[in-house]
Amino acid sequence: MNTHNNFDERFEFTGKVKTYSLVAIVIGVITIAAGFLTNHGERTFANLLLMGYYFTCVCTAGVFFCALQYVAQAGWSASLLRVPQAFARVLPIAAVVLFIIILAGLNLTHTTVIEGKQVVAPYLYKIWHQSGVTVKGSENYDAVLAGKAGFLNMPFFLIRIFLFLGAYTTFGWLLAKYSETEDELGGVFYYRKSFTISAAFLVVFGFTQPVFSFDVIMSLEAHWFSTMFGWYNFAAMWVSCLSIITLMIIWLRSEGYMQWITQDHLHNLGQLIFGFSIFWTYVWFAQFLLIYYANIPEETVYFLRRWEPEFKPWFWINIVLNFMAPLLIIMARDSKRITGVLKVTCLILVAGHWLDYFIMIMPGTVGPQSEWYTEFGLIELGVFIGFAGLFIFLTLNALSKFKSLIPKKHPFLQESLHHHI
Amino acid sequence: MSSTKYILGIFDDPDDLMHGIDKLQKNSVPIYDVYTPMPIHGIDAKLGIKDSRLGYAAFMFGCMGGTTIFTLVYYFLVHDWPMNIGGKNFFAIPDFIPVTFEWTVLFASYGMAFTFFFATHLFPGRAPRVMDLRATNDKFVVAIDAKGNIPHEDINTILKEAGAVEVKHNDRKYVSYE
Repeated sequence: MNTHNNFDERFEFTGKVKTYSLVAIVIGVITIAAGFLTNHGERTFANLLLMGYYFTCVCTAGVFFCALQYVAQAGWSASLLRVPQAFARVLPIAAVVLFIIILAGLNLTHTTVIEGKQVVAPYLYKIWHQSGVTVKGSENYDAVLAGKAGFLNMPFFLIRIFLFLGAYTTFGWLLAKYSETEDELGGVFYYRKSFTISAAFLVVFGFTQPVFSFDVIMSLEAHWFSTMFGWYNFAAMWVSCLSIITLMIIWLRSEGYMQWITQDHLHNLGQLIFGFSIFWTYVWFAQFLLIYYANIPEETVYFLRRWEPEFKPWFWINIVLNFMAPLLIIMARDSKRITGVLKVTCLILVAGHWLDYFIMIMPGTVGPQSEWYTEFGLIELGVFIGFAGLFIFLTLNALSKFKSLIPKKHPFLQESLHHHI
Repeated sequence: MSSTKYILGIFDDPDDLMHGIDKLQKNSVPIYDVYTPMPIHGIDAKLGIKDSRLGYAAFMFGCMGGTTIFTLVYYFLVHDWPMNIGGKNFFAIPDFIPVTFEWTVLFASYGMAFTFFFATHLFPGRAPRVMDLRATNDKFVVAIDAKGNIPHEDINTILKEAGAVEVKHNDRKYVSYE
């Protein structure tokens, strides 16, 4: 281990990565504009929701990572906390972006065909937010959705999302701030304080995160419901966040930063990625098996849509990428310790969880395209690149604002620097 | 020719022990084994102990458990006594997954435990083989095979210098048969 680390080193956000991330943002903006101009409004909106949700979830899971380390009083992770803290710093922007997408999707309307009828519907949440759905006597009246209207109505929906995102943002902001104050003042006072608000965050997050995913994603197909859906989304966001943390650390190390992070820290991250990929499969399968076994039409409709020929290949690719790949690639101890292998696995998982969200969102919004391979088109690619660029730009920018790349007065710092497994 | 079979250096403190191991290795004294009441970080690498292969055993047992129950359930529910459960196919793979998963875990964990007992000669009725009983209590013991070419006095000196509280010359390998 290199014992002469410079704890005052700061990340400088310059060079190629800055240019490339800005180019990616431009590509994203052009794609979104082109999507609307070529009359693919709904598909563009679905992709915006997908990436907005993905972006927010990764940042929220960054706050979750920090909170979990404090509550578990974990020592190993102390020296890499700046990366998830940077995610937490970006969360306000991600939350605003997602909120604007949802607000616009609910209020902008277009003419589309729902169940054979030509209707004017909002771009997003067209099933429960179509006008007249809850009005008795209207031709759009739907008794099931009218029964859910006490919960699924626009004001309450927006208030919920605003409050949830506001709460996650506040907690993330506080955790990052306490850590920076700790660097200046030292002592364990701010560690204790972080511990307390971390515990509070986990309680808030645990109860609200399922509802958050019910709202943003599950209500796209408002007739259908699954109580496993929240955990399933949690597993997806947690695995994708861990993969992105790992990728970012590997990249920072290759750029000469964070040299105190050793193969042992990456091994630990690899273990978490492996474990939670299995957890993702477990929850995914738990949801699937119950629906398959009970065979109740109102529940099976969800998988029926994903079993259509246009979505079936993606349905299987999803399981291959998110379960088979981590299972076979990083099960062995040694493969977790090879940086290249870990990097490839993380890239697979980042793409895999994009596909996971894709499978959750697309059948209920734009529906099947002409062929299964045309489901993935330039709009999907462009919006993904745009948001990836935005995420990289914002997180690296947030990282460069920290006075040092390590919480140097963290009480468990020495444990983390000597971490060895 | 002395009748000493093993020389034991007994330490009070794990740091002294690690220091002692360094000294012995510097003087090319081959270490037979080290016994400690608790795991000591980094000692495996120092002694050049190979990584445990228990994980491979666990993997193989897991595969065995999964295959066993899948075959059994296939025999029961598809071949021998097909039952119509909720109108499903007789060979309804998703229904088989939970039990396959459980047996995989069961076989892997039991298999791993029994492999460990087998490899370390621990099973009921067997007196554990211990070179010095205090190694299970509060002493850290390094054992050196006395049949090497190095004079025993030199080994004594090295151990004493490294901070051993006691050096024992044992005529028999294990003490726990008594």
